[in-house]
Amino acid sequence: MINLLGKRYYFFLFSLLLIVPGMIVLAIYGLPLAVDFKGGSLLEVVFPSGKLPTTEDVVNIYTAYGFDTVTVQTAMGENNVKDILIIRSPDLTTTINGVESNPDATKNLIVTDLKTLSGDSEVYVNSFQNVGPTIASQVANRAILAIAIAMLAVVVYIAIAFRGVPHAIRYGICAIIAMIHDILIVLSLAAIGGKFFGWQVDSLFLTAMLTVIGFSVQDKIVVFDRIRENNGVLRRLPFEKLVNHSIIQTLQRSINTQLMTVEFMLLALALFGGVTLREFAVILLVGLLSGTYSSIFIAAPFLVVWENKEWKNWFGGHPAEA
Amino acid sequence: MSRRTINLIVIVILLAVAIIVDLPSTTKFLGTEPKTVLGLDLRGGMQVILQVDPNYTGEVTPEELETAKSILESRSNALGVSETTFQTSGERYIVGDLPGVTDTEDVVDIIKQTGQLEFVDTGSEYLDPGTEVKTDLDSAAQVTDPLVTTLPGTETQAQPVYHTVMTGDQLDQIAVTRDGQGVVSDIVISFTLKPEGAATFATHTTANVNNFLAIVLDKKVLSCPRINSPITEGEGIITGDFTVESANALAVQLRYGSLPIPLVVEQVRVIGPTLGQDSLNKSLVAFLIGFIIVTLFMLIYYRLPGFAAILAILSYGAITFAIFRLIPVTLTLPGIAGILLSTGSALDANILLFERMKEELRAGRTVQDALDLGWKRAWSSIRDSNIAALLTSGILYWFGNTFGASIVKGFSITLALGVFVSVFAAFFITRTVLRLLVKLIRDPEKHLGWFGI
Repeated sequence: MINLLGKRYYFFLFSLLLIVPGMIVLAIYGLPLAVDFKGGSLLEVVFPSGKLPTTEDVVNIYTAYGFDTVTVQTAMGENNVKDILIIRSPDLTTTINGVESNPDATKNLIVTDLKTLSGDSEVYVNSFQNVGPTIASQVANRAILAIAIAMLAVVVYIAIAFRGVPHAIRYGICAIIAMIHDILIVLSLAAIGGKFFGWQVDSLFLTAMLTVIGFSVQDKIVVFDRIRENNGVLRRLPFEKLVNHSIIQTLQRSINTQLMTVEFMLLALALFGGVTLREFAVILLVGLLSGTYSSIFIAAPFLVVWENKEWKNWFGGHPAEA
Repeated sequence: MSRRTINLIVIVILLAVAIIVDLPSTTKFLGTEPKTVLGLDLRGGMQVILQVDPNYTGEVTPEELETAKSILESRSNALGVSETTFQTSGERYIVGDLPGVTDTEDVVDIIKQTGQLEFVDTGSEYLDPGTEVKTDLDSAAQVTDPLVTTLPGTETQAQPVYHTVMTGDQLDQIAVTRDGQGVVSDIVISFTLKPEGAATFATHTTANVNNFLAIVLDKKVLSCPRINSPITEGEGIITGDFTVESANALAVQLRYGSLPIPLVVEQVRVIGPTLGQDSLNKSLVAFLIGFIIVTLFMLIYYRLPGFAAILAILSYGAITFAIFRLIPVTLTLPGIAGILLSTGSALDANILLFERMKEELRAGRTVQDALDLGWKRAWSSIRDSNIAALLTSGILYWFGNTFGASIVKGFSITLALGVFVSVFAAFFITRTVLRLLVKLIRDPEKHLGWFGI
């Protein structure tokens, strides 16, 4: 039988190689938060004639209403023509001529100005979001809270479901370690995608993240379930062999379920789904792949690391029997 | 009848019901109204999140938020925006979905406006409650003589514009009382006027005895009393077909302008109709392609069980969609992603089962035994992993519900429902179908290739 577990430190190293670069990008540039989480406005306008106003002109319109830090992006529309402007600006709640203007009214004024500027009467709004600063920071905080609660619930649930095996709580904690691994992989991807492809971390990203966590747990439970079962049958086997055995036994299922079905579906979504869903699908694709990978190469090996108390040897120490 | 036959009959009936509900032509089913509700992101529209003004120091009770919600709802319905929904979210938020609205034209402003009460001079004309009227209050239109426009044959002319004698801002005190003068005691709203308003009222009522003075809220006639005698003390009542609740609600509107609590726009999201349609079509195509690949894979890799799994997954799809139509669940893009993922979960349950079956077959068991044992062995992992998924979607739902993150909420609902149906499909449908298929084969042990071995 293949000894997968014997190479566990190579797998740990591989994960670190994936995570560390992303973390460095994250530390330098931060997470590319969308308006959902940092507040502000995002306006997507289509110019069917293809005559886009220049970035400078757009910025001037916004400046006239008192908004600075405006960024303008062009995007490809349906006919493979660059006819979409994506404009990001601060929260559009403002005061115009002494009257408080709600973000929607301000947006209408801006769109009218854009219409006049381009001379294109067909100009229309594809999407518009305006998020005030209060709700934005709240959503971000609650998201972290939601993830923390979800994780806690999972540890408790696994501890209860595995109460029949020795050290049931370890299974929960190892699942969490592997889940943190998956979160870091996804955050890494988001940071790098944000830096190089202009990705944004929005509510959809949050949905993807929570899905990754949910499925990561599902996958870990399937692998752990086999260890739980073998614990009763193969009691005389050393723990490391038992875990290795369990991994191999579930390998076919892991590959089929995750790679062939979930990934097929998501790949189709990434390739053929609309632009809105593409980022979402790519993040899920990588996240779920990571979820399967970490069940086999992080969660289960960590159980063995824990059982052998291997950390005593990590920093130049010697095995206890020396 | 054996249990197997009963199971099969149950499945067939269930599927038949699900398919009937799924048909777009089915709009009535056993007292329910199945319908496919598409979210804003799939058909275009506007979502606004209103928040209680952070500067507002008073306490916000759930009742106040609820009142504000219903006022907003009736206002936007009056605007002619169809299928608008407002929902309270958490303690300080109201989320409004206005499908189809993209050229918003200050919709938000209109929603937030104060309830405009007017006392309108209609001359000698009686207007039924509920009649919509035009007044000279906020339009530059000239007052037209109602007599001219109501001449026979001229009804098609422009609506008459009436003169507003006074507006609601002259109201001083408002109370809900019972008018006990008649035989039947009616619920009425009594009011007193500020001095300026009282003077205007006195002058008008003195000069227009026996004429009608309509009480109009948001351009709709509430009641149209006749001026029987001059009212000089600055007091009066509004009659109407009130219940205690509706009278109280109106009194609240009149007292606080419109909303019991000040609201500010916290978030606006507009999705154009083309973008929505585009996303919907592409997601459907993606789903179809993904499903075809999965079908091929399951058939090639698992053969006969794979075929049973495909039937189970198709049933899962039909049942889930029927549930979505019955509740109804609003389908959004993340919702569709949730469906995709629970479909993955449904497949996983089948794959777990088949892998265990294969193990048992390799260990030399009969096909019948392998089916039973495989299921028994796979069950603990299917159960535990799906409970964990339900836990997670429960937390997601709570998160989405409390903070108006409708994206997350839509996702968690479809995921949770999907997980339930997927476990049912694997537990019930795959097994029953597979048993039936095995029974149809003579000597299944000689055809292990059909089980992917």
